[in-house]
Amino acid sequence: MQISVRGVSKNFGAFRALDNVSLDIPQGQLVALLGPSGSGKTTLLRIIAGLEAPDEGRIFYGDQDVTNCSTRDRGIGFVFQHYALFGHMTIFDNIAFGLRVRKWKNEQIRPRVLELLRLIQLEGMEKRFPSQLSGGQRQRVALARALAAQPQVMLLDEPFGALDAKVRADLRRWIRSLHDEIHMTSVFVTHDQEEAFEVADFVVVMNRGKIEQMGTPDEVFARPASAFVTDFLGRVNVFHGRVQNGKAQIGELEVSVEAEHGSVEGDTFTAYIRPHEVEIDREPHGPESMQAAVSRVNRTGSTVKVALFAQDGQLPIDVELPHEREATLNLRAGDIVWVYPRQVRVFAAPTASVESSS
Amino acid sequence: MNKFGRRTQWWLHLPMAIVALLFLAPLLWMLSTAFKSPEDIIAGLVALRWWPNPITLENFTGVLNKVEEFPVWQWMGNSVFISLAATALVLTVDSLAAFAYSRLHWRGRDRLFSILVATMLVPGQVLLIPSYLLIRALGLFDTYGALILPAGAGAFGVFLLRQFFLTIPVELEEAARLDGCGPLGVFRHVILPLSRPALATLGIFTFMGTWNAFEGPLIFTDSLSMRTLPIGITIFQGRYNTEYGPMMAAAALAAIPIIIAFLLFQKQIIKGISLTGLAGR
Repeated sequence: MQISVRGVSKNFGAFRALDNVSLDIPQGQLVALLGPSGSGKTTLLRIIAGLEAPDEGRIFYGDQDVTNCSTRDRGIGFVFQHYALFGHMTIFDNIAFGLRVRKWKNEQIRPRVLELLRLIQLEGMEKRFPSQLSGGQRQRVALARALAAQPQVMLLDEPFGALDAKVRADLRRWIRSLHDEIHMTSVFVTHDQEEAFEVADFVVVMNRGKIEQMGTPDEVFARPASAFVTDFLGRVNVFHGRVQNGKAQIGELEVSVEAEHGSVEGDTFTAYIRPHEVEIDREPHGPESMQAAVSRVNRTGSTVKVALFAQDGQLPIDVELPHEREATLNLRAGDIVWVYPRQVRVFAAPTASVESSS
Repeated sequence: MNKFGRRTQWWLHLPMAIVALLFLAPLLWMLSTAFKSPEDIIAGLVALRWWPNPITLENFTGVLNKVEEFPVWQWMGNSVFISLAATALVLTVDSLAAFAYSRLHWRGRDRLFSILVATMLVPGQVLLIPSYLLIRALGLFDTYGALILPAGAGAFGVFLLRQFFLTIPVELEEAARLDGCGPLGVFRHVILPLSRPALATLGIFTFMGTWNAFEGPLIFTDSLSMRTLPIGITIFQGRYNTEYGPMMAAAALAAIPIIIAFLLFQKQIIKGISLTGLAGR
């Protein structure tokens, strides 16, 4: 079932949570709503679910306008960040709850619940209570409960948010493979770009109640459409400056400005360089490189992280190098080297402030 | 294990035991008096003698045999019935009201709730006369209605349950709604089962409150057969003399059900007292 969001706005008092948002969620896709807190992603999910009513705009499931349709008639499964399992019911009763409310017969309920328990790999646990399960198990039960009544749409609100890193990684992989199995139109909310990229077919980046960019993870990461998206998606070096002679000056570095970003002579700009898109060498590479001093080399992890300072310690730069490359350079703190970026993204200032980036 | 050693624990128990004895002494004196003969009651009082000599059941037989004069079984039945009925009424009315005040959205809700809470500041005694007039006007005087219905108009239970309902995560309600529940379904399947501690607390307090109630039953009833145990006991207190033996026997009879109730629900009551922040009511 395709979901269409048309011109939806929502205010909470003076706070504009959603500002004229339109979006199409294609049939059978797993879509991530990604953004910092306060970006409106959860509000959008709750409006799609019918847990909130939009002030303006309409929601369509396929061709059907469901804007005024109550949440129970929408045929959706919903997973909450903190599981929202009923503590006074066993796992079996939790999963069966919606089926009982919907007046399924007992002889239909039992096989369905057992089938779901198999799917979430918790067979034999049906007599336990939620408090006897781990966080990851509880979230899987919440998922089974959401799936029980065979919904057409699955909505997940920060489904991994309350879990620790290891369990989160497992559950992410599991949800992805589950989706590949059942191909239900699914939307999940997250503030973690890595999670969105790893799990989703399609990513919608939101900020301040608007959609900043949508696309596949590859598209969004390779071609961020705005300064906000660039800054939000992963670690990045940020530089401010002014455009001169059609070039952006970053310290001693001159970078040609791509016309598509609409920078004008004399404008202030913000330039973004990802750490893995910077090269380090012992020799200069013309005007596209600048001198910097190595302050720290961290060789733990899958890449070597090098912290440098250019312009007499005024300009900090983070660089990530493959271990093999770093081995040939053999960097030490205090070394003077040359850095040159392979890719610089320049946007006209002012830029949106970013509440969280990693 | 406790971080204090056994020796330290012993020293902590000593003052607790003393305080417990202070509270238990009147109760024990009542029990002992109930088993004393009339002469022994006076002599024992002078000699401060706790153990009855001789032990006699005549006070009990005296109370229980003079049913025309002292219909103790009737009073006991009245007390049990009105306490159970008032408890059921309070739990039903207050939980529904608290649900409306905490989970439903309607105009003027919060304003009305503040007025409701404000009524908790009015002392019960002030309301005795208006309640009496109302009960008379409704033709309920000297009926079970007069003993039961006023309990349903208390704000305390609504307040207690509302505060508890507010602590239940909204997600649970939303999860039930997504699964197809309407407001009453949410109330029945989510709010009520998760509020068992609060409901038990309110139930126990209401039961004890009604069981021990004195002023209301005294004023709202008239006939001997409509009296409750606490009122009935006072009948032993004549104008010129007090029959301590039968009175204490009746009091012991009155205390037994509530003591059994306490022993059964001890944990719950203690939890309830800490839940409401009230040291009894």
